[in-house]
Amino acid sequence: MRPQINPIPSGTRDVLPDEMRELRDITEAVRGIFEHDGYGEVWTPALEYENVLARGGGAPPAYRVFDDHGEVLALRTDMTVPIARLVGTRYPTAEPPLRFCYFAHAYRGVRPHRGQMREFLQAGIELIGAPAPQGTAEALTVLYHGLDAVGLRGFRIGLGDASLYPMLLRSHGVPEAAIELLMDTLIRRDFVALEAELATLDLDDADAELLLRVPQIRGGPEVLADAAGPVADAVAGLAAVYELLLPEVAERVIFDLGLARKMGYYTGAVFDVYDPALGAPLGGGGRYDDLLGRFGRSLPAVGFALTIDRLHIALTGEEKVAQQS
Amino acid sequence: MTTPPPTDGLVIAVPRGALMRETLDRLDAIGIDTSEVRSNDRKLLFADVGIVTMRPSDVPTYVEAGAADVGITGKDVLAEQPDREVYELLDLQYGKCTMVLATVDGPDPSVEALRRLGVMRVATKYYKTAAAYFEATGRQAEIVEVKGSVELAPLTGLVEAIVDLTATGTTLRENNLVIREEIFVSTARLIANPVSHKLKAAQIDVMLEKLRAH
Repeated sequence: MRPQINPIPSGTRDVLPDEMRELRDITEAVRGIFEHDGYGEVWTPALEYENVLARGGGAPPAYRVFDDHGEVLALRTDMTVPIARLVGTRYPTAEPPLRFCYFAHAYRGVRPHRGQMREFLQAGIELIGAPAPQGTAEALTVLYHGLDAVGLRGFRIGLGDASLYPMLLRSHGVPEAAIELLMDTLIRRDFVALEAELATLDLDDADAELLLRVPQIRGGPEVLADAAGPVADAVAGLAAVYELLLPEVAERVIFDLGLARKMGYYTGAVFDVYDPALGAPLGGGGRYDDLLGRFGRSLPAVGFALTIDRLHIALTGEEKVAQQS
Repeated sequence: MTTPPPTDGLVIAVPRGALMRETLDRLDAIGIDTSEVRSNDRKLLFADVGIVTMRPSDVPTYVEAGAADVGITGKDVLAEQPDREVYELLDLQYGKCTMVLATVDGPDPSVEALRRLGVMRVATKYYKTAAAYFEATGRQAEIVEVKGSVELAPLTGLVEAIVDLTATGTTLRENNLVIREEIFVSTARLIANPVSHKLKAAQIDVMLEKLRAH
């Protein structure tokens, strides 16, 4: 008999018991670390008022509906903005720092035929009221322990600073309009266009060379040691974080001076998680010291989110490599 | 001790077709022995030298997924696939050709169509490139995607104009077509997977510097 076709939207999927058991192993391992480190789990509604989400300035929502009063509701695109809203509303006077974790689905628009997910499960933390560098170092430490508990062995953490390149451009007298253009090429990871844009500016050759080279610098602690002049000032924040890391966390860090983000709320350190078994980051995070203020509590904050499906793919990829060798 | 493979553990996606010979020449010049690739036209995967060969338009797909660490393809391909999460590292300068808007010779039929019908019909293999170009230049265009010889479309009255890539313009001339506008110049580009760009930073930077120098 031919089965009846009952479609589900592209970019969504069913999870059956065999896979679910493996996903549960991952989320339980991560949850154990988060709980142990004092991060209390929260739920927030998948649907929020669109104008409340917009206040956060994260990725724009892709799915909106009208409710019965004509209000526009939207599916959240991450958990960082909802938790900022939650802190402003539910914890208006609580003594910081506040520590929250979540295991929740987020929703994004997809480009056709690319195998992208509209709905994906994220695990993450938000550490609110802990300024840089201590707060950043704590978040990186929790991240390391979480990935280690999942069983990943080859992962690395790319660490950069969202304010580094704009600051460097400003210190070279690059006008604001050009900074916006240059940041756009960097976010698109188009170094050919970056070089072409720099060539149109009124810079001497040494400065243009420096401004092209710096965002392509990545590597170990020698990156910080080699920095001089205005670059040394720009990496001072990263050096302060690095000094606070335990050796086992520090050895996972790759400095990436070109790390830039599309999302508007990042202010300082940003990081991505890489594993040789997957061609895309497993997750990432960073500082967003201005975000909480938009919801009524002006507190510095840092957090990260891991995409559970990607952790799972990387884990199976690492297992395959281990079996082959 | 065994010597490391010439590409130092990098998997390089090499485009077949017009860009292939010059790509292999450049790889030879930076110390990667491509003789096996040259001598075997059917084989696609050369694990010993770390080279995989494919259509130029597939290079971003393999590099984005991390199935190849780096790749070489035309800017025309990258412009048509703007959402790919890959690093564009270097303009290799060769494989130069131009994306053009062309029509039949004589009075421009696309201008006539725009004036009287409000919209011009354009055939192309580069749908996104063409759509973005007409949007940017404020003209309404109905874009007809074709897979084969684009030059045929205006000759048969299917469209008034074409958007296509041309190196010498010979094919256009032979079909009585003239270039009306140049959209951009395309050359070969070195691209990299975002994760490889971090985890194999040293190897990629060495390759980048050598290619820059040659």
